[in-house]
Amino acid sequence: MAIEIEKPSSVRLSKVAISKTHGEDSPYFAGWKAYDENPYDEIHNQSGVIQMGLAENQVSFDLLEKYLEEHHEVSSWGKGAPGFRENALFQDYHGLKSFRQAMANFMEQIRGGKAKFDPDRIVLTAGATAANELLTFILADPGDALLVPTPYYPGFDRDLRWRTGVKIVPIHCNSSNNFQITPEALEAAYQSAESMDLKVRGILITNPSNPLGSTIQSSVLNDILDFAVHKNIHLVSDEIYSGSTFSPSEFVSIAEILRNRNYKDAERVHIVYSLSKDLGLPGFRVGTIYSYNDDVVTTARRMSSFTLISSQTQHLLACMLSNHEFTQNYIKTNRERLNKRYDMIIQGLKKAGIECLKGNAGLFCWMNLSPLLNEPTRQGELELWNIILNQVKLNISPGSSCHCSEPGWFRVCFANMSEQTLRVALQRIHKFMEQRKVCSVNQ
Amino acid sequence: MGLLSRRATCNTHGQDSSYFLGWQEYKKNPYNEVNNPNGIIQMGLAENQLCLDLLEPWLMKNPDALGLKRDGIFIFKELALFQDYNGFPAFKRALVDFMGEIRGNKVSFDPNHVVLTAGATSANETLMFCLADQGDAFLLPTPYYPGFDRDLRWRTGVEIVPIHCTSSNGFKVTLPAIEQAYRQAQKRKLRVKGVLITNPSNPLGTTMARDELYLLINFIEDKQIHLISDEIYAGTVFTSPSFVSVMEVLKDRNLDQTQVWERVHIVYSLSKDLGLPGFRVGAIYSNDPVVVSAAIKMSSFGLVSSQTQYLLSAMLFDKKFTKEYMSENHKRLQKQQKDLVSGLEKAGIRCLDSNAGLFCWVDMRHLLKSNTFEAEMELWQKIVYHVKINISPGSSCHCIEPGWFRVCFANMLESTLKLAIQRLKSFVSSIAMKSQSHQELKSLRRKARNNWVSRLSLQSFYDREQDTTTEPH
Repeated sequence: MAIEIEKPSSVRLSKVAISKTHGEDSPYFAGWKAYDENPYDEIHNQSGVIQMGLAENQVSFDLLEKYLEEHHEVSSWGKGAPGFRENALFQDYHGLKSFRQAMANFMEQIRGGKAKFDPDRIVLTAGATAANELLTFILADPGDALLVPTPYYPGFDRDLRWRTGVKIVPIHCNSSNNFQITPEALEAAYQSAESMDLKVRGILITNPSNPLGSTIQSSVLNDILDFAVHKNIHLVSDEIYSGSTFSPSEFVSIAEILRNRNYKDAERVHIVYSLSKDLGLPGFRVGTIYSYNDDVVTTARRMSSFTLISSQTQHLLACMLSNHEFTQNYIKTNRERLNKRYDMIIQGLKKAGIECLKGNAGLFCWMNLSPLLNEPTRQGELELWNIILNQVKLNISPGSSCHCSEPGWFRVCFANMSEQTLRVALQRIHKFMEQRKVCSVNQ
Repeated sequence: MGLLSRRATCNTHGQDSSYFLGWQEYKKNPYNEVNNPNGIIQMGLAENQLCLDLLEPWLMKNPDALGLKRDGIFIFKELALFQDYNGFPAFKRALVDFMGEIRGNKVSFDPNHVVLTAGATSANETLMFCLADQGDAFLLPTPYYPGFDRDLRWRTGVEIVPIHCTSSNGFKVTLPAIEQAYRQAQKRKLRVKGVLITNPSNPLGTTMARDELYLLINFIEDKQIHLISDEIYAGTVFTSPSFVSVMEVLKDRNLDQTQVWERVHIVYSLSKDLGLPGFRVGAIYSNDPVVVSAAIKMSSFGLVSSQTQYLLSAMLFDKKFTKEYMSENHKRLQKQQKDLVSGLEKAGIRCLDSNAGLFCWVDMRHLLKSNTFEAEMELWQKIVYHVKINISPGSSCHCIEPGWFRVCFANMLESTLKLAIQRLKSFVSSIAMKSQSHQELKSLRRKARNNWVSRLSLQSFYDREQDTTTEPH
């Protein structure tokens, strides 16, 4: 008889604590480990791993630094710290009114004024990670399901499912139509959920999409909203990359769709936003939920007690985002720089013989390496990924980690490094592709 | 439409409780020395506002900490990008040193066992998610902080089973009370995963004695369950007996490195000791690396702003400053508490003997019309709406004896405290006068009925006693 090894710790903890739904054991994380152990540095470690798996925006920091240097008082509550006391004590889950106002204005500016936001419908959370989880707690019960188009941000597996007990049922999208969401795919996902006896409570889309790096078209948004109305379910639109659209006219927010419909059916729509991508401030933990449903706003506000934003940070950002001149210039310049980076990487990859999905937003591109696979399977994709990680020394994200139904696609980030580092990365890819050509010629 | 989850539509957020209703009334009509001297004085909010004037000059003298500079160099980018859930290393180091200082350095903490969270609210909820499944239970001594009903239960689905404590022994935890709670949980078919204590206690304002802590450790050892010690008020102990953390007791009994050591977890925060609730700085400290690992991942849902971590790492590293701050903090808390206690005494109201916290546990049983919670609510409403003071009724803290109230003293100026005491004095006098004139009227009526004056007044005295204590509710 086998002797059972007792693991007292695991018996003592909750099912949630010992589950793997946090997702940190996925092969995806091996890439991070390889980077941590051997990080590229322009001067000190030129042969290190270049991190292209991190969707961070580092292209516009100088604009923020300049603003802060010219406006010391926003970091310090002014001479003698007159506002410090009130700020230090402020833990009201409504959030600083001035900050909510500034966020509403900023979100309107990003959408070119094509949508209006009421500051009293803004609920503040410590990051979009918290916002998405919180909405899931509110909109679904344990065992229920949310429909999410693939490929999707790997973090959703944890954020939407881990502590909530809610399931994700994928809406499969593929390259035949540039991974757009179709009514057929929506219906198929819904049926799939029903066949598993899961109650569907809503759809969660990311627009602009992570990892695709493209915006969802107006007609598709209308289809999705119609579907939600027809099935009487919720629609969550994660618009965290809305300010990272290269051209302002190309992003259509669900808020705009609702406005065009005179806000009919709005009570089922909720928007998630954050300053982590557009402003490059993930460390400050600033997320928001914007809901057109009063009950959701009230409940979300109460729940936000578990994830409030530091009042010190609210104060700084309220000042910064209320400066219209600053925000206008920032939004415009940030877009231009991201566009420039995008063009750079696309050209570089093209020269190396690699095609990408046509993108117009975000901090990454969706690269097609399917011609390079040994076999058109997840295994084949992981093998290729390992080679790119260990030989080419680039950490990129395999499509399987994003639940893509087609093997061979990879998300490659370009905004978290200097132009010089990007050039080095492109050179390595070029060299790699050249070597493969030689190899295949010789075979 | 309108289809939200069960969690969204239930009442476990607790916002319909009297604790929150009192807040709402205060917000509608808040006292202000200049603009609204007849408004409601907020004594239901456990905030420490007594030493913020000490923090302000420190901020002025340390512009780098605020200005996101290190040695004069702007490190904004580094901080803006820092979202590592392991926390800012310098901040964790400074925090554990601070925690050690508060405990007289009788225990030391390892920064690798700290998990940072957006406030103790988040820390307590996260620990529940880590240690208990939906439908499991934690035992809590009553009276307890009303927020626990939401923090421990709402999204987790965990139940709270009370360990009832009474005034017969100063509300101390006893073995029979713990065992009774455990049996109660079993009757309700709930699996008990642990005990959660708040030490120093909210709302009692007292620190736990060593023997209480021994009792609890023995109990969790025996039942193989967890012990969470919320030590959020550890830095507010202003007089003896000094604070004894559960970690100290474990060390004293050579229980470190044993299994029970790994089942004891501490919650801490800077909201009470430093008076910074707005900055959302909480922490879980656990000796179990598996708990630390799970909690750290969960902290993604409530990380502390890197801007704030940086500021506070600088502040807590200034050991000279923190020492002076804590010493002055204790002095001011002690004075304010003394003022409240003596002021209430003059009004004929006694408080539980306390040595910590930002509040007193006040005995108003003698002011109740009857020994019931309805009478307590009636009294509370009078105090909020007529006396215009918001205090927290014991029932909102799940106290098993009606008539106790938590009254906060650290969130106001001395002058406001004096005014509040004055209002209470007048209120108590008016009750006394009312019952006295009620008594006099009755006495006159009886005298008129009978010409045997002495026998009648004696008789009617007993009659009056009965009348005042058995009025129907």
